[in-house]
Amino acid sequence: MAKTESTLVNMLLTLLVIAVISGASLGYVYKLTKAPIEQAKAAKQQAAIKDVVPEFDNDPLAEAKTLQSEDGLELKMFPAKKAGELVGVAVETLTNNGFSGEIRIMVGMQPDGTIINYRVLDHKETPGLGSKMEEWFRPQAPKADATADQETSFAKWLYGIKASGGGNRSIVGMNPGKNKMIVSKDGGEVDAITAATISSRAFLDAVVRAYKTYAKEANLSTDAVSGATTKEGGKNYE
Amino acid sequence: MNNWKIFANGLLKENPTFTLLLGMCPTLGVTSSAGNGLGMGLATTFVLVMSNMVIALVKDFIPDKVRIPAFVVIIATFVSVVEMSMQAYLPSLFASLGLFIPLIVVNCIVLGRAEAFASKNNPFRSILDGLGMGLGFSMALTLLGSVREFLGSGKIFSLAIYPEDYGMLVFVLAPGAFLALGFLIAIINKLKAA
Repeated sequence: MAKTESTLVNMLLTLLVIAVISGASLGYVYKLTKAPIEQAKAAKQQAAIKDVVPEFDNDPLAEAKTLQSEDGLELKMFPAKKAGELVGVAVETLTNNGFSGEIRIMVGMQPDGTIINYRVLDHKETPGLGSKMEEWFRPQAPKADATADQETSFAKWLYGIKASGGGNRSIVGMNPGKNKMIVSKDGGEVDAITAATISSRAFLDAVVRAYKTYAKEANLSTDAVSGATTKEGGKNYE
Repeated sequence: MNNWKIFANGLLKENPTFTLLLGMCPTLGVTSSAGNGLGMGLATTFVLVMSNMVIALVKDFIPDKVRIPAFVVIIATFVSVVEMSMQAYLPSLFASLGLFIPLIVVNCIVLGRAEAFASKNNPFRSILDGLGMGLGFSMALTLLGSVREFLGSGKIFSLAIYPEDYGMLVFVLAPGAFLALGFLIAIINKLKAA
């Protein structure tokens, strides 16, 4: 078959036909995948809620509330109830202070604000450094490794520093209303991720924001909440 | 050229990553783990096969002067299909690859094969070519991802080989991608010369 010639009409017609066909097929695929995409998103949210609050028997997604934080960000609160009693809240919180882009976290709290658990939903921090926040701030299993002990005691001897395992990196069981939830470098109670202080600050910022916003909604005291958001100039090494 | 040769061409002799050095952006960007590399490779393979087939079918209707825009629209359509399907049916893979899927559109290897092969050959041979090139690309990305994951975090396909603390973090980061790719190309060149 002879090749179509490159006349203006031919070129216009060809591109038009191709664009129309692709547009139509994309529309069809979009319609086809729309429901599963929404389902997958809801399932992810639901799994995260289940992860961070105690057992519940209501539908937190149906009772979700959108809250405004002090600095104007939109947070979602999912109350978890058992037999009508509030057993915990999951707050989807976020921060813009990360090393790169937004960090979204689902924080689970008891009704008084004590942190039960968390789950990082979305982040773009450096893999291997900031990305460690997915596990770092949880209670650790004790290290059953003899060499690690030796290493830390050697470091102790050499630098006279506190052994690295001796700090406190877990935020579980802390209450932002009572504990100073900023990194220990800034005078707080939580140890930052090694070599990722900015990501750690941002993480705690998001957690504290979740508490503050929830506390305002539930009328809890926010006296002790210190500004994890305030950064000291010149100290922002990751 | 017989059919087997067309297929095998992309695997080693004209491997997109190791020999042609095409499509470096996804190669360096997503291969921080073997699983990501494989996922990206297979997504690209799908786009390559489908776009090669369609372009080979319609090549005679497309006037020469507008062939590039026409090819790009066809490729972009398939990429969007992959993106939406992955988001719907493989959300966990989409979470780690999502950012890079739209980049398949501008992956030189896809447009390159459309221009160099599919626009001159029949649909069957074009599909074979797309399949060979795609699998070669997947193989290269999986290999690179495995090396980086193993050296960087002590795992392959998320299976722990040695404790993560002893890994060399640099291999998970961008500089490690260049290093690992350079060494892999050197080894492949040596093997090919032998």
